[in-house]
Amino acid sequence: MSSEWPLWEVFIRGQHGLNHRHVGSLHAPDAEMAMNNARDVYTRRNEGVSIWVVKSADITASSPSDKGPMFEPSNSKVYRHPTFYDIPDEVGHM
Amino acid sequence: MPSLPDIMTPDAEALAKAAGKGRRVRLEAGSPEHDLFTGLTRLGDNTLILGHRVSEWCGHAPVLEEDIALANIALDLIGQTQLWLGLAGEIEGHGRSADDLAFLRDAWHFHNVLLVERPNRDFGHTLMRQFLFDAWHQPMLKALEESADDRIADIARKAGKEVAYHLERSADLVIRLGDGTEESHARMQDALDRLWPYAGELFLADEVDVRLAHEGLMPDPASLRPAWDASVAEILAEATLTRPDGDFAHKGGKQGRHTEHLGHLLATMQWLQRAYPGADW
Repeated sequence: MSSEWPLWEVFIRGQHGLNHRHVGSLHAPDAEMAMNNARDVYTRRNEGVSIWVVKSADITASSPSDKGPMFEPSNSKVYRHPTFYDIPDEVGHM
Repeated sequence: MPSLPDIMTPDAEALAKAAGKGRRVRLEAGSPEHDLFTGLTRLGDNTLILGHRVSEWCGHAPVLEEDIALANIALDLIGQTQLWLGLAGEIEGHGRSADDLAFLRDAWHFHNVLLVERPNRDFGHTLMRQFLFDAWHQPMLKALEESADDRIADIARKAGKEVAYHLERSADLVIRLGDGTEESHARMQDALDRLWPYAGELFLADEVDVRLAHEGLMPDPASLRPAWDASVAEILAEATLTRPDGDFAHKGGKQGRHTEHLGHLLATMQWLQRAYPGADW
């Protein structure tokens, strides 16, 4: 039965001001029930103030086999990290 | 390990007495305290017995998501029970806790309506029972928020938030299953036909209800009927289900006259405290 229901990814905002974070997935026949199920499965311990549900099929994911070309080129680009500046102590934490 | 009392100890109340508390209710029938105690046990026994029934699905629901949702609802109801029965014990003034009232009374001292002790049968039947109850429970708690007793109003406000979600969910699923496949529709109509004669008791008043309503402590049960009729009619129409003819209502639960199902339920629910009185962990 559950295999006939599409998979949904669940994102929850833990507090005002924070981003929604992916917390897991569940099965549901439509968005409304996915929302109810997300509420029941993932916010039982007062985890959230907002829920997003997205059909897993609607997410376009990068392919693991593309990992090399996708991410490795940035490994060697140290100049993209702002680590070459001396920050005066008076500035404090940035 | 100390020797444990015999599992065959026949009378749960004898156990309560042996434990030094839970002397039989000696509140005078018709007194304000007795009325309030009775009204509170009616509320708390409804949520306790329905909560236990719903908890019977734990590990058995058709899909994982429903299993968790049902367990959540059961826990909400048991939590509300602690508040209602806790206050009932306080009003009674004999030192009985919510646990004492839940586990050390026998069937004839339970005041829940017969609807909530109906067996679960299939998933659709369970949801229909939940919906018929929720559609009453929500306006009931709304009315209790206006109680002349602040303690009652406080509990009603807290429980009301939970029950608003229960109703949203059970109504949604009744619509989906009623207006679903041929089989789900037939099962929901069957559930409705079977449960309908047990819904009317929610709105029947006895002299205790009349006095509680007169004191402004709890609403007149009949006053909740129009809102219930309206929301039930709306949801059933959307679910393409037919409201059964007639308003015959089985009654007696509120006065302690129960169907055989309650005894079986209590045998399971109270087993541990009957077998091992005072067991704690």
